[in-house]
Order: sequence, then structure tokens, then C-alpha cells
Amino acid sequence: MAFRQAKWSEPMIFELSKSDKQPFMVDSEFREQAREALAKIPEHLLRSTEPEIPNLSEVEVVRHYTKLSQMAYGVDLGPVPLGSCTMKYSPKISEELASDPRVVDLHPYQDLDSVQGILEMMYLMQRWLSDITGMDECSLQPPAGASGEFVGALIIKKYHVDKGNTSKDEMLVPEAAHGSNPASSAMAGFKVIKIPTAPDGETDVEALKSVLSDNTAGLMLTNPNTLGIFESKIVEISDLLHGRDALMYYDGANLNGILGIVRPGDMGFDIVHLNLHKTFSAPHGGGGPGGGAVCVKGRLKDYLPVPIVDFNGRKYVFKYDLSKSIGRITWFYGNVVPVVKSFIYISALGPALKEVAEVSVLNTNYLMQKVARLKGVSLVYGEGRWRKHEFVVSFEKLLKETGVSAEDVAKALLDRGFHAPTIYFPLIVKEDHMIEVTETETKENIDALARAYEEIVELAYSRPELVKSTPVNTSVRRLDMLTANHPKTVTPTYKYIERLRTR
Amino acid sequence: MVHSWIPNSSPKVRDELLRELGIKEVSELFNDVPPQLLLSRDLNVGFGRVLSEYEVRRLFTSLISKNRLGDVPSFIGGGVCQHYVPAAVKAIVSRSEFYTSYTPYQAEIAQGLLQAFFEYQSLMANLYGVKIVNASMYNGSTASAEAALMAVRVKRRRKILVSGSVHPEIVDVIRTWGFGAGLELVRVGLDWESGQTDLSDLRSKLSEEVAAVFIQTPNFFGVIESGVREVIDEAHRVNALSIVYSHPLALGLLEAPGNLGADVVVGDVQGLGVGLNFGGPSAGVLGINDDKELLRQFPGRLIGATRTPDGKDLGFAMILQTREQHIKREKATSNITTNAALEALAAAVYVSLLGAQGLRELGEAILGRTNYLLKRLKEVDSLDLLFPGGLHFREVGVRFRSADVESVVNSLAGKGLWIGPPLGKFYRELSDCSLMCVTELHTKDDIELLINSLRNVLGGGA
Repeated sequence: MAFRQAKWSEPMIFELSKSDKQPFMVDSEFREQAREALAKIPEHLLRSTEPEIPNLSEVEVVRHYTKLSQMAYGVDLGPVPLGSCTMKYSPKISEELASDPRVVDLHPYQDLDSVQGILEMMYLMQRWLSDITGMDECSLQPPAGASGEFVGALIIKKYHVDKGNTSKDEMLVPEAAHGSNPASSAMAGFKVIKIPTAPDGETDVEALKSVLSDNTAGLMLTNPNTLGIFESKIVEISDLLHGRDALMYYDGANLNGILGIVRPGDMGFDIVHLNLHKTFSAPHGGGGPGGGAVCVKGRLKDYLPVPIVDFNGRKYVFKYDLSKSIGRITWFYGNVVPVVKSFIYISALGPALKEVAEVSVLNTNYLMQKVARLKGVSLVYGEGRWRKHEFVVSFEKLLKETGVSAEDVAKALLDRGFHAPTIYFPLIVKEDHMIEVTETETKENIDALARAYEEIVELAYSRPELVKSTPVNTSVRRLDMLTANHPKTVTPTYKYIERLRTR
Repeated sequence: MVHSWIPNSSPKVRDELLRELGIKEVSELFNDVPPQLLLSRDLNVGFGRVLSEYEVRRLFTSLISKNRLGDVPSFIGGGVCQHYVPAAVKAIVSRSEFYTSYTPYQAEIAQGLLQAFFEYQSLMANLYGVKIVNASMYNGSTASAEAALMAVRVKRRRKILVSGSVHPEIVDVIRTWGFGAGLELVRVGLDWESGQTDLSDLRSKLSEEVAAVFIQTPNFFGVIESGVREVIDEAHRVNALSIVYSHPLALGLLEAPGNLGADVVVGDVQGLGVGLNFGGPSAGVLGINDDKELLRQFPGRLIGATRTPDGKDLGFAMILQTREQHIKREKATSNITTNAALEALAAAVYVSLLGAQGLRELGEAILGRTNYLLKRLKEVDSLDLLFPGGLHFREVGVRFRSADVESVVNSLAGKGLWIGPPLGKFYRELSDCSLMCVTELHTKDDIELLINSLRNVLGGGA
């Protein structure tokens, strides 16, 4: 395949230049004023040594980071089929419009009359996301998905504490759940009780019944689950939990495959978090920022983090007086720019959001039937069932027969110009790839990805060493991860760099 | 419904895929959804139909034109202020190789991202005077909450003393985040004379139950805490951690909190090539010194340098992931997954553009304006400086002798001048006060315009 990533041996910013250059120009209009003020500041409060930050010219800095950008791989370069990450294309119109000064230069403490436009967008988003999820009210405060989960777990905590049910300290979480579910539960002060997955790929309802008790505070579930399988017994599960006055929490990371088709609220969920940077196309930024939202049923409305946007009949305002609110989860109003991008996305698509779900599911199953039939590859759970937004295949057989692991296959995909899928997750499937192509991938690219898998698997059986030595077309080959993590050589900043040099 | 953002929605391709799967309708792919759950209507979202790009633009423009900006750069403070975002920063963060990337789990194909984040960590560590900074938290407020929770875990104590001069919304966030962990937040008083942490109140509240003392300098009122070293020493006296929050733009001039002995440093990069964004996104700085126990309990993603297996070249990868949720699940040091990578990148590019020299000069540019504003405000009748004895950086509090704060703010806004926030909503005692902020964007004329307008609005003599 004709993929060659740039391979600049780019020095670190600290080693870029041998001598000081004139950095970014700053005016000196107030230098006298500064001198006067500096003279009043006690010596020990003033910087004793200059920070070790190089003085570089603009062109040096721009070339440096431009070269680094050529050693990154995003959706604009090709498919990023990371399961549960929903790496869809981010439309350019959203990027352009959301960079308007009337968005990026707005101060959070501006008078409300001067921010009616952005408040209206936020208000509409609260309404739209409520309808999409089948909930009654939303807060756009959470700056990312995991913080939305944390908000949900805190709402569950406070709901029970307010009712005096302090013994409700157990959160049920499927073994197949995203890691942030148990982590968020623990941060909210819950014990985490694991629920296994049944062979049909769904939550094991009998196992769930066996751990359900008066101590159960809630269940955190994603539907479709991380195997991409729809939990068909969801209504029964909701009834079981509600029978114990436990709340149902919906992890919205996997919403893309059911948009406009079936809604968490109708399944019996009480609380939902959404990832605007997944389902609603805000870009992932190389790891962030995210955009989150938490939506709840009417009876939990007063628990939402404040503020939420309200319309008082005359204008849009921030509403702070929610009687049972868990409080602020972040300062100001959350990550507003991704909210604006998602607003643009939903505005453009409108009812075609359902097409997003349909085509993402169509694409998933189309790719699955091509990959799952390959030699050494298997679908572990839910044989014969359609998947939704993603699917999971195991390379356990391939590893046994050829010595080529799921990681090796992932690295070989990099060499063929694809980003790798999520690997070794969910934890219930060994040697797996979790694959999500989303609705924004073309048939040609899906076919090419399937062909890449086919080639790699064939190569694994004929010349496994060639797969195991990938990648070679990327900027670097596999790195020494032992050195990276060893207490004696771990190098988290440039201050430690000599540890790597002295050998 | 067809759409250009959904390539396989075109009928021909769609039919081809359906045929390959041996089905007639997409609905068959949802045959495991209980029929009574299927939504029988269209979603009530957007504007009722698919819009073209030019229709979207038109619609957005009409909405966004309801937002207004000041005629001169905003004088509003409160933790974030309007700063200049250099064109070079915008150009770099607009590169879609960067902004359409995912978290760099696949190190080999993401070296550029990883190196940039490693540089961010290193540059911030140098600026804050610590050894280790993570790859970012969501923002300064959540970095603060994570720092407090880390202290609770490390010290196995639940009490966190938070100075009365810390941004009130940061305090709220720490309280919310601490609810499940049983964190007990205790406010230390504000010395109403100096606008700084009340040291005697701090001493009276310190005990062996305290996990950490949290202060901010320059604080919420823009006052430089002259007792920061004493606060750190007091915390250490009871074997508690000291957590110091500072804005990075102050650190070109002021001593780095790490150099003063802070165990944990916190900050927010808004202003470091990151716009106001109506409050978010930004990125939170969280750093520690070289301490095994702190590192074990450190939240968030960390990028490290390592070698290629032949030992010849350096490379970068995510490290110490066994602290994180995708591996440790309920035993993780935080639930954070997505962080604020792009804003961290912006901060790295910004700091690289300015260098130590530019950061010092910019610090002086802001300090000089602050000094000038203070002097001019002193000359205005009918208002007083909130903390006239304090050393200020960037932000300044004022008290209006007779006028109502809201009406002053509104009258000024009518003249295209923005000040704030009014302080009554944060401190009952300050219902007649407001903050103001000056940055490198303000000219002498802007400040004069503010002073003259204040005089006009407040009435009274010149």
C-alpha cells in the first residue's frame, strides 16, 4: 500500500535553536508603569530564575509544529475506526462558523442581553438533546463524556441521600462497560458491582437479579453495548432496577447507531450523558476538548448541575435555582464551542439524523460480515445477531495458530494507511478489535479496510514475522515501552531527558 | 434521506450494501429492538428539514448577530480575561491533522501529537517550577478539584482548607467533585484589609486532619498573595499538601509556585493562545514535584519520552497508564478520558512563540497597565479601590460609593465598555463592588475612555 507517513527527525522545542532569537513582539508602552509596580513587589515574590523556555522566532515555531502535524493522523486523512469513539468526519462549516469572534471572544460574565444569540443556541440544544434522548431536561455543563458520567453518578448519589437511603451505595456496571463508568461511580463514592455478559452478547439478567438488592443505587449501561449489540431485554432490566428504587443511567457513547430510531428515555433510563464530540461531530482535537451534556427525566430535573439555560418569556437567562442541584461540575457553562459546532451539525441534518444511525449500522454490518469470516477471526458473543454502531472480533485463534496478536494486526493496519481500531477492549473478549466506521466512511474505504484485514491475516499465516515487525511506514516503529514506564527511566518531561541519553 | 456527510446514503450504494447483507430494508438491522420501543415519528430537532450549507450559514449568522462585543477590548475579569490570540497559534491549531485526531493511543502514527503534548508538559513544568505536569485537565476549575481529590487520597485525610480569596466558582467545583469522596471543604477567611488569605484564620483551622491547603495567587481579586510562602510552610507544618493556583501569564514575572515550595500547582491556559470561548473550552494545568506517592495518585494522561528499541532515536508515548480508567477502572486515579488536548497544544505553541523573554515582557505589559489603571481609578470620585493596599496583577476590584453596580455595568455597556463581574453574587459583603481586568490588548486610550465613562456614569466631580 502506498502509505508513508512523514518522518521528520524534529528536535524538541528546547533544542531547536542554538542562540536566542527575537520572539513574539510585545509593546513597551507601559514599561515605566511596570517598573514602578515591580519596585513595590517584594524580592521573594519575583521570579528568581527565568523559566527554561527558548526564545525563538515565529518561523522556527511555525515550522516546528507544522512538521509535528505531519506526524499525526486524523479523520481528515482517512478512516479512524476506533470502536466506541465515533470518529466521524467533522464538517468544515462548523469549524468556520464556531470561530466567529461573537463566539470565541464572548466573556462568560458578559451581560445576558449581549449573549442572547449563543444562549438561544444552547437553549435549543437542550431541547433537541432532550428529544433525541427521550428525556425532559438537559444541562450542557459537563466538559466531556466522563464528566457527564460523573454528574450522573452524583445525581444518583444525591437522589438517594436526599431520600435518606444512605445504604444505597452499590452501582451495578457490566464487565463490558467503558472504563470510565466504574471510575465515575467510584469517584461519586459507590462500590462497583460487576455484571457479566451472557453468551448472546447481552447483559446477563439472571446474574443481575442475583446481585440486585436494597443497596443497589443504580445501573450504568450503554445500549447498544460495547459489543455493538442491542440490549433487547432493556425494559425488563429497567423494571427490575426501578422496583428497587434504583436509577437507570445511560452511557451515551454508543448513541450513534440508534439516533431517531429508539430513545434511552423510552427504554426506561432516567439519566443520559451525551458526547457531543462523538455523536454530534465536534472534532476530537487530538484527545480533547470534548463536549458533554446530561439529560434527565422530569423527576430528576432539580438535580442537574447549574446553571442551565432557560427562557423567561422575554429573553434567555441562566437558571441557578434548582432546589436539589448537585452544584457546579465546572466553572462557567461547560465547553460551549463544541456545543455550537454540534448545534450547526444538527441544524444542517435535522430529521436526517436518523439516516446517520441507519447508515452507520449498515456500514458496521457490511464490514463485519467481511472481516468476521476471515481465517483466524471470530465473533465471540451474539452469533447471528446484527450489530449496531460497532462490532468486536477476536484474533485469539490467529494468535494461537500464527503467533500474530491483535496488537500486531492493529500495527499492520497503520502500515496500510488506516488508523487502528480500539484494541483489547471490551475486556470480556480476548485479543480483540472493536471497530466503528461510522456513517461518514465511503463504501470504497470500508472495502479497502476489509481488504487490508484480509491481507494481514493471510500474511500472518504465511509470513507472520512480517506482521509482527510492523509498522514500518509510520514516523517511528514500535517503541520501547519498558523504558517508557520503568521507574528508573520514566521521562514525563524534558527535565528528565538525560535519563534516556546516558546509555 | 440523502446527505453529503453520509456518503453511503445515496440510494445506489445503500441498496448495494443491503444486497450484500441479504436484506431488503435497513429496519431489518433493528429486528432485535422491541417494536414498542421504536420511535414512530421524526425527531423534533433542527429546523424540520435538511438544510444546505448556505442556509445553515444564514441561520447561524442571524442568531450570532444577537451577540454583542464591546467597542474596545473587554475589561471583564473573574478568572478569565480577553487576551490576544496570535495568528500563528490559530494557524497551527487549525491544522486538521491535529484537530481531527483522536487521543494518541497508537503511538507510531501519532508521534507529532505526542511530541507536542510532551513539550506542553515540559514547558508548563518549567513555567510553574515543578518536575511533572500532565497532558491537561478540562480547565482550571476541574484541575483544582482533581488536585484536592488527589490530596485526599495521598494524605488519607478528608479536610481541604480553601482560602477565601480563591475564585468562588473553583470553590463550588471542588465542593461538587468532593461530594462522593466525603471531602470536607473548609473556607479560610479573607483579610478584608489586604484582600489576601487571613493567615491567623488559616493557623486556627490547620490540624492533622487537613489533607491540603488551597490558595490562589494572584487571587480572585487580582491581588498577589504576599504570604504565599507562609501558607505553604503552614501546610507543611501539619504534614498537609500545599496546592497553589496561578495564572500562567503572571509567571513570567512572579516566582513560580513550585519554586516557592508548592507540592501541587494548578492553573488554566485561557489567555495562552486560547480565547474566552464564553468560558470554555480551555485547558487545566496540573503539576507536581518529583514525589512517588503523588505520581502514583496523579490523575490524567501523561506523555513520556522513550527510545526506539534499537536505542538510537527518541520517541513518545502515553505512559503510566495503569493509573487510568481504561485499565484500572474503579481503582483509577480519575475518570478523565477526553481532556483538553487542543487547548494544551495552543498553549504550547503560544509559550514557544513568546519564549521566556516574551512572557516576561507580556507580564510587564499587563502589570504596567494594571498599575496605570489603579492610579487612574484612585483619581475617580465616588468609587474606591476594593483593596488599595494590595499588589495587583491583571484584575482590580472597585467599590461604588453610591451607585448601584448593575446600573453602572449596564450604563457602561451602553457605551460599548464592558466591566465586571459584579461581586455581589459571590460575596454578600461586596454587593456594591465589581472586578475589572486589563490585558495587553488595552491601550492608554481605552483606559482613559473607561475612566471618563466611569466619571460620566457615576456623576460627581472630575
